[in-house]
Amino acid sequence: MEQMRKERIDRGLKVRTEGLYAISSYREILYLMGPRLLLIVGVIALPFIFELAPYWKRVINIMFVYALLALSFDFLANYVGLVCLGGAFLTGVGGYFSAIYNVYLGFPIYLAIPCATITGAAFCTLCLLPCLPLRGVYFAIVTLMYPLLFTRIIEALNILGGTNGITGLDGFPNQYVEHYIIILLVIGFLFAMRRFVNQDIGLVLRGVKDNDQSVRASGIDVTRMKVLAVFVASLIGCFGGAYMAHLYMWTGISLFALDFSIIPIASVVIGGGGTLIGAVIGSFILVPLSEVLRAFGTFRIVIYCIILTGFIVFKSEGLMIYMQRKYHQFERWVKV
Amino acid sequence: MQLIVYGIINSVTLSLISLGFTLVYSISRVPNFAHGALYILSGYLVWIFINKFAGFPYPFAIIAAIGLTAIVGALIYRLILIRIRGMEISEIIATYAMGLAILEGLRWGGLRGGTFTLPTFVAGSVDLFSVSVDYQRLIIVGVGIFTFIFLYVFTRYTKIGLALRGIAQDERAAMMLGINSDMTAIVSLAIGSALSGFAAVLLLPLGNIVVETGYNVLIFAIAVCVIGGLGSWGGTIVASFVIGFAQILTEAFISTHYQMVVALLAIIITLLVKPSGIFGKQKELEERV
Repeated sequence: MEQMRKERIDRGLKVRTEGLYAISSYREILYLMGPRLLLIVGVIALPFIFELAPYWKRVINIMFVYALLALSFDFLANYVGLVCLGGAFLTGVGGYFSAIYNVYLGFPIYLAIPCATITGAAFCTLCLLPCLPLRGVYFAIVTLMYPLLFTRIIEALNILGGTNGITGLDGFPNQYVEHYIIILLVIGFLFAMRRFVNQDIGLVLRGVKDNDQSVRASGIDVTRMKVLAVFVASLIGCFGGAYMAHLYMWTGISLFALDFSIIPIASVVIGGGGTLIGAVIGSFILVPLSEVLRAFGTFRIVIYCIILTGFIVFKSEGLMIYMQRKYHQFERWVKV
Repeated sequence: MQLIVYGIINSVTLSLISLGFTLVYSISRVPNFAHGALYILSGYLVWIFINKFAGFPYPFAIIAAIGLTAIVGALIYRLILIRIRGMEISEIIATYAMGLAILEGLRWGGLRGGTFTLPTFVAGSVDLFSVSVDYQRLIIVGVGIFTFIFLYVFTRYTKIGLALRGIAQDERAAMMLGINSDMTAIVSLAIGSALSGFAAVLLLPLGNIVVETGYNVLIFAIAVCVIGGLGSWGGTIVASFVIGFAQILTEAFISTHYQMVVALLAIIITLLVKPSGIFGKQKELEERV
């Protein structure tokens, strides 16, 4: 029997654009810039595309919040090797800090969000500090516990508004500010993170993931690197939380809800771990899906989990890596 | 006196909850985040057997539910985990996702509110050292102690148990001696799930079957295991006594709301002071970076 084998070869265009040729013709420039421009322009145009559907315009905002969370999960899991099962912890902390600044201390909204982002990230990092010098599953365990714990504490002690939450946060002045703050920040964070992980420090972080002893042997403090990474990731997550609190003009324990933990994870797995952009695209797929399935209630979570497990088991590379391969290479069957 | 009696009961409860988790982790190195889900699943199955199939005898329902839970656990390994063995991130995400799928699926399927209760094995209570304790709790302690002894004997004197320990200690050497690593992992997940189902059957008659219990069980099981040293059996039992008494004391002197805080604080202190847990001596070098 004749056996066939699939062969993958880089497209000529890709090979040409790797060198100086990249700027020698429009075709090559387009090949390089196309996907990036498509994403940026597409994302910026989204609010205009959905101009006639006000309900979906609100979904856009939430979608970008999830994109931020997915970005932070992807960064932590695939570049530092820390699996954060509690994205809800980040949003909750960010949201509550923003509410405290805005309602209790009377900060204006444009000051409350940045302050909440930074203090929230510092707070999250401090909370997670004990498990950072360790390897293994401890980080996952502790992040799993925190959202549940904070929900319990707020309910039990009846602090920070108790089960009713804190109301009366300032909203955004108009819809376009609402949209473009989050859209521009998602783009900003996305490209900033891509750059960040390609710097020397990103290399060190990947070293922490793959072989922490070698990082230590190079005279770099592993724990400090992890603290830095967790701080950056919580910065992203806390901004999402703070933004959401102002979007709804309300902060409550539902900011610690399970959705904020599981959807980002599912997005990353679907989009393709380690690509960063995949995380964003994954949430663009999952969040609208979740809105369509709103009638099913908690069954949505079951659906995500099944999709998630299916992707992990059968297509662990994710959509983004698959698409990148199709974009850069062609395939053909050859005889062995 | 009341504190001591209820402390012991609480501790045995905790160790029953966490034995399944620690067994799976010690043998196959899979952190089974679906543990709490399997616990609730088993309780719910018993409830279904009793209430939906009229005339199903209670003991038989219990055995059937535990058996089904064990099969579910084995299937989780056979269908999912076996393909992603050794990829730590994927293992964590997959078991967590399976757990969530089971729990939220049950919630969607109608497991809400306080209508789901199991009958106690024997009704009534007895005065023990002038403390009133109901029979169910006494049964828990008795069966719990019996379970520890059974597991001890099982892992030391039966062929399967020895194989499990062999894989846990040194996977490659065990494989060289003809022990099938995947098979033992399936067995370990089945036994771990059966243990969590067993704990559910014993403990759930004391309260309602609610989805939130699943999350709490998972968290307490993990807390106990971390403090005792992940994968260490003796440590698990000692740690469950530490947490069990700490919880009863906080309940008596501060407030019931702090049970979870106690568990988390205990984890954090353990991680700061001795990350390998109380009994995890040989792994001390492995855990720290």
